[in-house]
Amino acid sequence: MCLNFKGMDVKKSSIFPVSVVVLVIVIVWYASAVLMNLAWEKSVAERAGTSSSMTSMIQNTMDQDRPVLPAPHQVVEEVINTTFKKNINSKRSLIYHARITLSSSMLGFFLGTVLGIVLAVAIVYNQALNKSLMPWIIASQTIPILAIAPMIIVVLNAIGVQGLLPKAFISMYLSFFPIVVGMVKGLNSPDRSHQDLMRTYSASGVQTFFKLRLPTSLPFLFTSMKVAVAISLVGAIVAELPTGAVAGLGARLLAGSYYGQTIQIWSALVVASVLAASLVVLVGAIGSWINRRMGLQQNTSEMRAS
Amino acid sequence: MSDLLNGVSNANSPVIDINRLSLTFKTSDGDVHALSDIDLSVGQGDFISFIGPSGCGKTTLLRVIADLEQATAGDISVNGMSPEQARLSRAYGYVFQAAALYPWRTIAKNIALPLEIMGLNADVIRERVQRNLELVELKGFDKKFPWQLSGGMQQRASIARALAVEPDLLLMDEPFGALDEIVRDHLNEQLLKLWARTSKTVVFVTHSIPEAVFLSTRIVVMSPRPGRIHDIIDSNLPRERDLSIRETPEFLQLANRVRDGLRAGHSYDEVA
Repeated sequence: MCLNFKGMDVKKSSIFPVSVVVLVIVIVWYASAVLMNLAWEKSVAERAGTSSSMTSMIQNTMDQDRPVLPAPHQVVEEVINTTFKKNINSKRSLIYHARITLSSSMLGFFLGTVLGIVLAVAIVYNQALNKSLMPWIIASQTIPILAIAPMIIVVLNAIGVQGLLPKAFISMYLSFFPIVVGMVKGLNSPDRSHQDLMRTYSASGVQTFFKLRLPTSLPFLFTSMKVAVAISLVGAIVAELPTGAVAGLGARLLAGSYYGQTIQIWSALVVASVLAASLVVLVGAIGSWINRRMGLQQNTSEMRAS
Repeated sequence: MSDLLNGVSNANSPVIDINRLSLTFKTSDGDVHALSDIDLSVGQGDFISFIGPSGCGKTTLLRVIADLEQATAGDISVNGMSPEQARLSRAYGYVFQAAALYPWRTIAKNIALPLEIMGLNADVIRERVQRNLELVELKGFDKKFPWQLSGGMQQRASIARALAVEPDLLLMDEPFGALDEIVRDHLNEQLLKLWARTSKTVVFVTHSIPEAVFLSTRIVVMSPRPGRIHDIIDSNLPRERDLSIRETPEFLQLANRVRDGLRAGHSYDEVA
């Protein structure tokens, strides 16, 4: 009960700071748009040989077809046009593209989570694997994904893997890492006394795993999954960039940059980040629901606070 | 001297028998003699307290009995077996300083934990959980999670969990150390009643003189550096006692003996 009240307090008191931050971002965005797009307006006026007033030039900076930096309302307009006002199966619909990217990133996220958990269990239970696997896992993340993505796609294509799976592989490649790190920490996190207790019961390794280590690690897993789900989306988008994909948010970004359609690029970016944020919130909500079901209310609220 | 005292214990074969036991931890700073030349015999139905300043090895000795640490020299038997065999046959229940309840399990599920591990069937588990909840006066709290209970109630739940295994031997490591005195007095009284009712053997670690004297049939006074037994004091208090016994001259006399023992075994200059 008292936790609920606390939650409400947090919501109320956070409206102000959140709206201030949003307002500052919008102001900075508009100001940057004006500054960056002004050069074009000036050169237009110069070429036309007319001198228009500063105010009309500033007004025009927010209404260009291919601005250096589109103004927020242009992006919003484009997002609305390409989501709600288009058939969702149309190639001009961002929902169509988002769905394609989402499906490969979700498959990648699932594979990454499974792979991450399996690796973490292996690492925690086997010292040799800990020493031999961990360097490779860390090394895998130091390679720029943009460099390795086309190679993964080419290699997989050569062995006949096409479609969703290659993109999902790249998502998995990025998303398994936070899962491994979080799970290893989680599986190693039981209190000393909790472990001693299992020993006094002469519990088997399997029993200790399922009754102690796994439940202890779940809050860590959920935190890692929040990170992993966001970067699995990044992975799917990146996978679409170098491969000449014709559909997906990445393809949309690429097409936009070919034709200088900055508004299109920015609206694809906005949709991608809204999608990522929604996924993070969704995974977070599922995680805290499970934590609550497990009776970990206190712990989770502490974790949220920290 | 200690052989004579051991003879007093009221059982034929001792539950715990320790001979010339030592434990040395190897650290980067050199060897730490946690326990040195321990001789002790605990009889069936005894309530033994280990008392001493921190660093005297009382918890370590308890952990050796529980096979949570291994002695580096000497012999120890628990129920006539090695500590490891005793642990594997679940001969004892262990109560930790912190309640060590699993936060994701309800109180009932926490008490059921060792029983699940033992592979008992669901009916037996349910029955034992209910019986032990009643024993520690936590009936009706079975569906609560640990954080919803006070510290004293949590520690009672952890005692119920240790009792649910139905061991003859109960090892308790400063179980009431973190509780305030009012709760501690109450739990001491409850523990004593429980002990009288179940005729279990209890080994109890504490650093409180009144607690040790109030609870024990024998008090083992320990001293640090190296951790060793300084004195073993037999209590002449009746087995049935309540808190009022703490006002009697016998009680105060015993408490004084323990205090003298602690003082003599412990050079205070060393600590500073």
